[in-house]
Formats: sequence, structure tokens, C-alpha cells
Amino acid sequence: MSAKQIAKHPFLFVGCWELRQMLGLSARDEQQFMEAIEEIPLDSIYYHTHSFLLRHRYIAGPYPNDFATWAAIQVRDRVLGEKLGILYPYDFENLDSLRAEIVKIIGQHLSELQIIPRVIYGEPFHFMQSRIIEVPTGLEARTLAEFREVLATVDVSVIYYHTYEAILRLGRTHGDFALWIEEQLGMPDLANQIAKLDPYLTSLESIRHRILKICDAYWEKGGKNEPT
Amino acid sequence: MSQLDLYQEIAPKGTIEILKRLAQKISQKRILHINSTKLGGGVAEILRSLVPLLQDVGIEARWEVITGTEEFFATTKAFHNALQGQDQHFSPAMLQNYIAVNQENARHLSFDADYVVIHDPQPAALIERRPPKGKWIWRCHIDISRPQRTVWNFLRQFVVRYDAAIFSLPRFAQRLPIPQFLIYPSIDPLSDKNRELTEEELDRIIKRLRISLEKPILLQVSRFDRFKDPLGVIQAYRLVKKHHELQLILAGGGATDDPEGESALAEVRKAAEDDPDIQILLLPPDANLEINALQRVANIVLQKSLREGFGLTVAEAMWKGKPVIGGFTGGITVQVVYGITGFTVNSVEGAAYQIHYLLDNPEMIAKMGQDAKEYVRQNFLITRHLGDYLALMNYWER
Repeated sequence: MSAKQIAKHPFLFVGCWELRQMLGLSARDEQQFMEAIEEIPLDSIYYHTHSFLLRHRYIAGPYPNDFATWAAIQVRDRVLGEKLGILYPYDFENLDSLRAEIVKIIGQHLSELQIIPRVIYGEPFHFMQSRIIEVPTGLEARTLAEFREVLATVDVSVIYYHTYEAILRLGRTHGDFALWIEEQLGMPDLANQIAKLDPYLTSLESIRHRILKICDAYWEKGGKNEPT
Repeated sequence: MSQLDLYQEIAPKGTIEILKRLAQKISQKRILHINSTKLGGGVAEILRSLVPLLQDVGIEARWEVITGTEEFFATTKAFHNALQGQDQHFSPAMLQNYIAVNQENARHLSFDADYVVIHDPQPAALIERRPPKGKWIWRCHIDISRPQRTVWNFLRQFVVRYDAAIFSLPRFAQRLPIPQFLIYPSIDPLSDKNRELTEEELDRIIKRLRISLEKPILLQVSRFDRFKDPLGVIQAYRLVKKHHELQLILAGGGATDDPEGESALAEVRKAAEDDPDIQILLLPPDANLEINALQRVANIVLQKSLREGFGLTVAEAMWKGKPVIGGFTGGITVQVVYGITGFTVNSVEGAAYQIHYLLDNPEMIAKMGQDAKEYVRQNFLITRHLGDYLALMNYWER
């Protein structure tokens, strides 16, 4: 297949805007924290584990979710921070099973302690939830060159929407980019390289940069068909 | 070129296009903002930028201001203080007057809009006269995390009748039966306080303020108020001064109408009196270009507050590419990313240590400053603020 392969169905770039809703619920210690996590809406689990990345577009946080960050930074319980920080949300079928694992980790951690760690100098944990507004950009691509060109300039929420949101929304193992490149451009190697990127441990800008680099390397290997 | 297009090279890549698309879905919708002043204060500053941008993307945006008597504004000032935790006394007559002034304003204002955004407590009781159509939103800009309960209970009777509330920080959220949204305040990168300055402008302002650039500059811009801890800043500067040549500039508004402010300023003057490297600048409220210039020539900016609402001076300094060392309080904690865009500290010693560290590592000042500017670009510009309002309207139009 050539890098100028034309897709039958164009890739439609969709961005998003996150409206942040507060639940008016907070936790000052890890027991309250665990009990609240058991009860909050799934949109709140989503906010603190997935759309976290939408709020760290440029700078990756110290841990890849709000729960781990709070335990490590605000409670200064680095052990719980590390245990929650290593959670990979896409290992779970849905948000309910992710919630169950988080509660299990905190419960086990508390059972090993004599006292319940609490915030002394730091901030309580404030529970929030996401309202994601889809925003079609009106931009589309039919070739890899067009895809690369648009991806380089779009709002970074497009990266979020087509990777994290896509995985959660469609229940697929890969994001929309890899899927389209494989199905519409017939470039499984390139698709596979993009699918292998671990989007969870970095910032959205960094993901954009890596996808662009992969596309460029793909062209270089081919030796021709440079992006126009 | 539209007004929004002026932000094309400033806002994050692709943002302007997303904003235009967000606006398309709600084009021709009418939004009315109501507050209590056109001049002065952070709310008016934001609306002065936000309302034209809303109009620019096709929203029919209006901005109205309520009027009131001296007694009314004395009461609402006391509301403000009580909601921020100070003990205040309210007589039944004061509360009746508050409601009466709101009713009087309601008679003259047209609420014909799809969205009515009421800013802060002063016009909150206008909700009593809401027409059947339109969504009403209460936008609270002040810290109500620890309000005096009697006042909050009085105000709450109005707030619960709105369709939603907006607060500036998660900790300001209350137990309310209506949805509560988080929208951070923002700075306008094209305003006099934040726009790029030419070398000539910068030079002229710095000369006029008699600032020497020979020694590294530590700067704090804030009112002379004990909550901003100017004495703590002087102590931190003195701890660092043992090891580094540097100067300290404390710049802020006068406090002639505030007896407590005057005594705070006197304390600062006394603490600084025998040190020629400490400069105290009393600036008028419209000294936007001066603040802009000071932030640009500073090496490190401090905002060592002990209590803070949001503290947008932090974002202003970060926008000029400066690392900020700020007190671990209020909105400073969401603006400063520890170790990346600056440091949050809990003590004089903590502030001194981080100043010392940065002066010893000037390459970190440059790196953190660069990250700080980028962080503001992503999170605290007026374009993001515009997007939040458009998203909120989209949310209700789904």
C-alpha cells in the first residue's frame, strides 16, 4: 500500500470540551475517600481516572489519575499513591469494575494500617464529574498525508476524543486513529505502532508528537511519498 | 478579522476552531450577564473581555449592571466578608433593603434571554422575578468555603432557585440541590495588564518607576493586606539575602479606605525601612501597564498569601514566563504545579528555600517560566473561559 492510499471513508476529526461538575462531596481521610468512591456516579470515576488527561494536556501529572495524586501529594501517603498510580484503566471492562478495584486497593491498604491517614496540611479530595461535549471540527482526511497534516494542527482534545474516549465509548482495544489507518488505509504496521502507544502515562501533546513521529518514520522507511 | 481571531496565535493550537464550532450549535442564543459594577474588580475585568468575545462568535450577549443605594452596597460588602468567613452582624432592615433594591432593579431590567448569569451575591435576589423562560445561573466568584452560616442560609434561599451555580474552585462547592459547575477565572492576554510590551514601553515604565535592573528582582504584586503576608515575604527575602545579591519589590494598591490596610502598609514600611534593596510601590488601581512591566522584569514572582480567593496575579506572572512561589492556599494551588511551574510553600522558610534554589539554578528559572507560560495558555486564558460558557450552553441545548 502507498502512503497516498485514499480511504473510502474519510477520517472525521472530532474534538471535545469538558464541562466540570462538582458533586459537593469531599473526603478528608482515606476511609471517607473509599466510602465516597463506592457511592459516586460513574461519571465521577471517569472524571478522576480518564478525563484527568484532558486537564493535563501539556504537563503530565505526577501520577496518572486524581486518586493516586491526592493520596501521594495531599495525604502524603506515598504507598497508597503508588498502588493507585499503577492502575491501568483499560485493563477493566468498564468503570464499575475499575471502581471495585480502586475500593479493594484502598480497603486492603487501610486494613494494614493502625491509623487512618488523613489530610493535615493538604487539600481534601473534592469529587467531580465530567460532562463531555462533542465538537465535530469539520476537518477530515482521506490520505495519510492529510491525516498527518490535520493531526499536527488540531486542538489536542481531538487526540483525547479519538484515543481515550474511543476506547471507553466503543469498548475497543485501540483508538480510532489506529482503527482507521488499518481499515481504511490498509496499513496494519503503522496502525499497530500507533495502537501500541501507551496514552495513559503521558500528556496529550506528547501523544500527538509521538503519532506524528511514527507517521514520519513510516514515510522515511518507505523512502518516498513524503507528506505534502 | 474577527476579534476571536486575534487570539489565534496565542491560544493553544486549534482552540479557536473548536470555539467557533462550539458556538455554531448555539448561534443566536441570548445570554445576559448581570453584576454590580462596570468598573473595577475582577468580575468587570473578565466581563469586559468575555462579552465582546461571546458576541463575536454569534451569541447575543448583553451585560447589565444593577444600581443600589449606599446602604445596599454596605450590606452586600458585609455579605461578601461574611461569606468569606468574617463575623458580621445583619439587622432585619439590612436584609429587607437588600431584597427591595433587587426588586427595584428587576423592574427596570429586561430578562429576555435564553441564559441569565447573575454574578455574586449583590444581584442574587433578582431570581425572585425570573420569567418562565430561560436558564438562570448563579456565578459566585468569591471564596464561600467557610461562610458565616446565617448569611449563607439567607442567600441560599435564592441560590436554590437557580438552574445551576458556578464556582471558581472545587472547595467552594456547597451542598445544593442544583448542579454546580467549576469554571476557573481567566486572564486576557491582550489586555494592558498582560499584552506584550515593546522594549521602549518596558524601558520607559521601568525608568519611571525607578527600578534598577542590576540585581535579580523578587516581586510580589498584591494589596497591602496581612492575608497576602508581605512581612513573610520580607523575612524570606532576608533569609536569602545572606547568600545572594537581590532586591525585593512589593507592589500593590493603596488602602486609604481600609484602616486595617493602612496599618498593614505601615508594618511593611517599618520592616523594610533600613534596606535600600526593598522597594514598596503604591500603585493606582489602573496601573495595568506598570504591573505588566514589573512582572516582565522580575526574576521570580512571589504570591505568599496565607488566604486567597483565586489569586489571578499568579497566572498573570506565569503568563510573562516567570516561576511563581506561592502560598499553599486558594487558587494558587491549581495554578502552580509544584516543581514544574513554580513551588507552593507553607512557611517563610519554604519560600526562602525555593527562592534560594531558583537563584542557584538560573536555568530552572527559565525552564519553569516557559512551562508556567504554557500552563496558563492551556488553562487560564480568556479563550478557555469562553469555551466553558459555550460548553455550558451546549450542555443545555443537547
